[in-house]
Amino acid sequence: MIDIRVQIEPFDPGAELTALHSIGGAGAVASFTGITRPDVSDAGAVTAIELEHYPAMTEAALRQLAQTASDRWDLAACILIHRVGMIHAGEAIVFVGAASAHRAGALAACEYLIDRLKKDVPFWKKEYRSDGEAHWVEAKASDDARAAAWE
Amino acid sequence: MKLVYFASVRESIGCDGEERDLPGHVESIADALDWLVAQDERYAVAFANRAKLRFALDQQMAKPDAALAGGKELAIFPPVTGG
Repeated sequence: MIDIRVQIEPFDPGAELTALHSIGGAGAVASFTGITRPDVSDAGAVTAIELEHYPAMTEAALRQLAQTASDRWDLAACILIHRVGMIHAGEAIVFVGAASAHRAGALAACEYLIDRLKKDVPFWKKEYRSDGEAHWVEAKASDDARAAAWE
Repeated sequence: MKLVYFASVRESIGCDGEERDLPGHVESIADALDWLVAQDERYAVAFANRAKLRFALDQQMAKPDAALAGGKELAIFPPVTGG
């Protein structure tokens, strides 16, 4: 089972874990939830993040990633959810969940999925801070390195 | 060819996409960037740092030397920052 959602609305990680738990053949369920941190700098605290995406490509790219992970680690189920639009500090942005027979596959698949998502899927974050300014977040070399390590 | 732009590239060029008739000598993505830069100053500014550009051809990530032949949509954008 592969479930891909690109949506404006918030999601409930607990509900997704419950769904993965009920998949037949799953002895292991693992997940990652990414949250908008209220980072503080001289420009003030992050109040919100705006997520732009490439509608014609985003869902297909996520599905390709999920299929690759499912094949590589023999997953019984995989859920990828990514929000778009305005997301306030403290809210969850992304959920990655995997169910497999054993923990090694489920845990590795989750790490692979979030590491590769950060390189392969067309989303762009714009950070809004309490000083009223908004800036595009820059991609990090460390994210590129983590993504490359899976090749 | 349909061109689509995202994030800071979109803001720099001033539109989110356009249709362009690319001349026959434009064969690769890099050729397309060079041609656009020659058309208008906006592209010279938006594409000033080629190392900070990424591309998708028909919704698949592509490298600058990729051939455009047969492609319908070229997307130009900064490195992605999702997740």
